[in-house]
Amino acid sequence: MLRLTCPHCGITAEETELRPGGEAHLERAGPGASDEGFEAWLFARKNPMGVHFERWRHLYGCGKWFIAARHTVTLEVFGTYPAQTKAPPADLVERIRARLSARGGQAEPGAGAGDGEGGKA
Amino acid sequence: MKGYGAWSLIREGLRHHLGWGRAWGSPAPRRRYEVVIVGAGGHGLATAYYLARNHGITDIAVLEKSWLGGGNTGRNTTIIRSNYLHDPSAAIYEKARQLYETLSQELDFNIMFSPRGVMMLAQTEHEKRVWQRVAHANVLQGIDTRFIGPEEVKRRVPIINIDGPRYPVLGALWQPRGGTARHDAVAWGYARALDRMGVHIIENCEVTGIRTEGGKVVGVETGKGPIDCGKLALVVAGHSSRLAEMAGFRLPMESVTLQALVSEPVKPMLDVVVMANTVHGYISQSDKGELVIGGGTDGYVNYTRRGAFQHVEETVAALVETFPVLGRLRLMRQWGGIVDVTGDRSPILSKTPVENLFVNCGWGTGGFKAIPGSGWAMAELVATGEPGALAEPFALSRFREGRFIDESVAAGVAH
Repeated sequence: MLRLTCPHCGITAEETELRPGGEAHLERAGPGASDEGFEAWLFARKNPMGVHFERWRHLYGCGKWFIAARHTVTLEVFGTYPAQTKAPPADLVERIRARLSARGGQAEPGAGAGDGEGGKA
Repeated sequence: MKGYGAWSLIREGLRHHLGWGRAWGSPAPRRRYEVVIVGAGGHGLATAYYLARNHGITDIAVLEKSWLGGGNTGRNTTIIRSNYLHDPSAAIYEKARQLYETLSQELDFNIMFSPRGVMMLAQTEHEKRVWQRVAHANVLQGIDTRFIGPEEVKRRVPIINIDGPRYPVLGALWQPRGGTARHDAVAWGYARALDRMGVHIIENCEVTGIRTEGGKVVGVETGKGPIDCGKLALVVAGHSSRLAEMAGFRLPMESVTLQALVSEPVKPMLDVVVMANTVHGYISQSDKGELVIGGGTDGYVNYTRRGAFQHVEETVAALVETFPVLGRLRLMRQWGGIVDVTGDRSPILSKTPVENLFVNCGWGTGGFKAIPGSGWAMAELVATGEPGALAEPFALSRFREGRFIDESVAAGVAH
């Protein structure tokens, strides 16, 4: 079971207290957007074997949205931050990079392709 | 290689079964094939089989990163049905179901197709209306289903509790020619037939890159060296996004874990497949006597093949309520598979932004039942370069054009 710390209320909540909300930092297609832009926002997903930045809602707690950085193969959670953030915080990205290179795996967080671990999954 | 039948069984029985030989070989890859198919699961093997059978193309390699049929083909709950609401889904799943009827004879391999009947319970007024609507749609589509009342449900499944308390059984959608088949045997049967036709199945051969020239696919990089191809078909379910990224495009899809369980074997107690979509549980009894149970998916991207425990709990709770007799049963095994869920929860059989590269993915939680139909439609797409009537509605372009096949409304999570 995943355990994520809500950056708003500070509670470390189990998966059953939370609601997943899909890929984070998607560019919302606005009025006048191209068909491609609208399709990309609604449907095209990174779906990475690796680090995934994703939205979660602390549904049975404070009710607030936040973003978690999680590895989709190891299920390691690198950190969480409020949803009102345009891009992953620099210190978190640095921490993920250090963590992954220490393991000798994928060096670039957010890159879609997985590393060698994928084959063993 | 020998045919399988009563005579060969007697002959081999007298020879201590030493002369059967391998059902398919393990050839070294050639430098080039006309068609390379990535993924030796049911869908990939069926694509190769119908390319050879219907279109006369046998210069094919099917590449598999681990072992044949070791992904979702060997992890599902083996249910076969075609009681869908929308015409495109009904057409391709019914094509598959019809092919399953005679697949054992065609492949000379017993896939143990058992059309024992599939029952989808209606446990709310809304669900009852949905299934009645599906039954009416199926009449127009020529698919044999009907809506049955709670008395007939109880007569066909004596162990069911139709009185609730949470969700009383108000009736069910009944498909008498739906059922189950031996999932591994479907992959093995196709593999054996392909080997006989000279198609190469190359296991333990992971694709690590896709080579393109001027927007056209020319080959793949693999763990066993580069292989050139005229056409490339990606049929890799939950790992499709990864391969699409190698080719430089993104798919409208996410990979999540779906779990299944089996109980200890017990005497025959359930001779149909029962699906309870409102409470997220489905169940059938295998020939060994085990109850095969499936449930819901995780709600987030997950490549672990290891689902969250609360889904096991939800599924078991739902089934114990519907079948109180199961309360004392022990569960033997639990496992997960990575299922590929698209934006509208319908599959993708399509051309891609890369010329001569085709994808067959997005079967999500219900791919096993579609294997022969999917292979049939995909073979037509790969052979001619254009989708036939079965595949055309499942093109990638539907997400841009808003022509969704919104089957999730009718199908719920359980397949």
